[in-house]
Amino acid sequence: MKKLLALLLTVVMLLALVACGGNNGNSAGNNAGNTGSNNTSDNAGAEDTSGDTAASDIKVGFIFLHDENSTYDLNFINGAKAACETLGITDYVLKTNVPEGQECYDAAADLADDGCDIIFADSFGHEDFMIQAAKEFPDVQFCHSTGTKAHTEGLDNYHNAFASIYEGRYLAGIAAGMKLNEMIEDGTITADQAKIGYVGAFTYAEVVSGYTSFFLGARSVCPSATMEVTFTGSWYDETAEKEGAQKLINNGCALISQHADSMGAPTACELAGVPNVSYNGSTISACPNTYIISSRIDWAPYYEYAISAVMNGTSIDADWTGTLSTGSVVLTDLNTDVAAEGTQEAIDEAMAALEAGTLHVFDTSTFTVGGETLTSYMADVDTDADYTPDTEAISDGYFHESEYRSAPYFDLRIDGITLLDEAY
Amino acid sequence: MRNLVKQIHISKRTELPWYKAWAIRGVAILLALVACALVTMLLTGENPISIYITIFEGAFGTARRTWITAQDLAILLGISLAVTPAFKMRFWNIGAEGQVLIGGLATAACMICLADTLSNGMVILCMILASVLAGALWGFLPAFFKAKWNTNETLFTLMMNYIATQLAAYYIIVWEVPKGSGKIGIINQSTEVGWLPQIGNQYLLSIVVVVILTGFMYLYLSRSKHGYEIAVVGESQRTASYAGIKVDRVIIRTMVLSGAICGLMGLLLVGSINHTLTTTVVDNRGFTAVMVSWMAKFNPIVMVFTSLLLVVLSRGASEISSTFGLNHSFADILTGIIIFFIIGSEFFITYRINLRKSVEKEA
Repeated sequence: MKKLLALLLTVVMLLALVACGGNNGNSAGNNAGNTGSNNTSDNAGAEDTSGDTAASDIKVGFIFLHDENSTYDLNFINGAKAACETLGITDYVLKTNVPEGQECYDAAADLADDGCDIIFADSFGHEDFMIQAAKEFPDVQFCHSTGTKAHTEGLDNYHNAFASIYEGRYLAGIAAGMKLNEMIEDGTITADQAKIGYVGAFTYAEVVSGYTSFFLGARSVCPSATMEVTFTGSWYDETAEKEGAQKLINNGCALISQHADSMGAPTACELAGVPNVSYNGSTISACPNTYIISSRIDWAPYYEYAISAVMNGTSIDADWTGTLSTGSVVLTDLNTDVAAEGTQEAIDEAMAALEAGTLHVFDTSTFTVGGETLTSYMADVDTDADYTPDTEAISDGYFHESEYRSAPYFDLRIDGITLLDEAY
Repeated sequence: MRNLVKQIHISKRTELPWYKAWAIRGVAILLALVACALVTMLLTGENPISIYITIFEGAFGTARRTWITAQDLAILLGISLAVTPAFKMRFWNIGAEGQVLIGGLATAACMICLADTLSNGMVILCMILASVLAGALWGFLPAFFKAKWNTNETLFTLMMNYIATQLAAYYIIVWEVPKGSGKIGIINQSTEVGWLPQIGNQYLLSIVVVVILTGFMYLYLSRSKHGYEIAVVGESQRTASYAGIKVDRVIIRTMVLSGAICGLMGLLLVGSINHTLTTTVVDNRGFTAVMVSWMAKFNPIVMVFTSLLLVVLSRGASEISSTFGLNHSFADILTGIIIFFIIGSEFFITYRINLRKSVEKEA
């Protein structure tokens, strides 16, 4: 028993020693960090007279769910590096493989301890932990991509961002519709067989908004188009996505697209020789014979906007929505070997109309729900556990997506799209 | 070649004095560090010393990092303590992952479903009971089948992991916010109902619980009648039966205890640390615990050090990847090398290698 006590005490003492040692090292680091942030706040206070904080005084932290092996995170990592390079920021930290739990708070707090002036996180499940950190560090800005709570949380230093990717999906959908038209003209399929397959992750509004806008884009050029959607219940599950795509191909789908982060669906399409519209980036190198086009969000404009705001001492919007004109919504690598002739022209025309505001993706005259044209729909914009609808989203003849908050909230099940399963 | 093999003769050592055993282990760790340094220089061109310093800083660089390291240590050690009595009994429980997760699921269920009906104290009481019972049930089932029908406990406990993961996945979708997102988010973030109380700071509670648990497990295994029975059953079930020990009862009792402690770790993970439930909340610690327990030869006090080693290496890993821009996999390579050397050193502690003089051959 005495031996045990002695051992326990030794351990406690060791830990205490280590903690103290750590503390000393830390206070030095913290001081350095503090001087940095003091400068920032001084300058921020004097913004109207003296001006901006130099890029060299700013430290930026980034939190990513996985590392560069995930297409989703790679897209964010590239955006982060590009934005820092553009702004001349050399002092930035990338933390990869941060799970959606307390580890996210720990990582955010650690970055704040380290003297970061602004911290970004990239995954939906990070949100609550970022809010927790934002409450603890009021002088640090916390920006969370894809989240939904900033506009109701009312914190000055917590912000959400997303992009009107439904517009990008719509344009990609036009490329898909053109391809279907070409197949109908070739006689490969009849007009009735113009069925699109879509592999989604969850029945989440972001996914619903994505496949619906894609479908509406396709149907705007190929009126007989229909769609089948299957869900995998995971944002990254290569096997499930591959099997989902295969199931849709077996069901007779003539073209596949997906909203999930692995190469599962594109690979299945390449093997089966079925055209594929990709997401998050080009898959042309792996699928040269079936890849048509890809839509993705470029995060660099948002990162530049938010970091510049900190440098200039201006405030960051609680909800920031990137668009085609901010350069946040982009289409990559139209594969002319696979795409139908005239695709680029059709996309350019629609893109100009979208930017001019003469064309709306969710124009209520282009779709019906249960056979009815909608004139009113209450969307669940303010997140709560009971999914209470709270905001009228339809006015002026179209559904206003990503206006009342940046993250998508279009969750209508429109006619022409069949959901094969809704388990997730 | 054949000659060479014949010249090496391996024999079992008689018990080594403790200082010699530890000297061998110390040399193994030094050699491991040298091997890691070589690999680091060859593969990345980075200075190995600065990599080691970064690992240390990642684990202990600031007060917060030290606390998080201590908390991670507590959870890994707690799970390792849980699997130890079963291992000592030669019951290969690789189901700690599922036993912890099911405890966490029970905790989350109480936090979500009872928050509106019961007071905070009652919710916490329910959480403790539910998590311990759920973990105990996950331990009881394979033990019962083993005791009654001699089923294979390795496969059984492994399968129970999948059941726990799928149950958690199912309930996450039942409780998800917002709809379709597949995420629960922080449970009761505004009211903090069912959050285990903080003592001192948010990290200390788990640490205190596991310190007590370590002392308890040490005494239970080395001083109690139960502990003795476990050791005898582990040595030989026949001897145990002959000595009048009810083997079935010992197996079931031990596994219920194992599962209950795992359930308690699930309670700490969900109720005190994360305040949310994901299918990956246990983060493979149920399997890492097997290694911690083995490397410490089932001694709870030594397990403090083996789990500390693994936790420091994994905390350092993320620091390496952000400081040097190296992938996490590189840190895993270093961890693998170090563990290889440590486990390898046990061979030299147990066996002696004699080099025969080959005079007769030459003659």
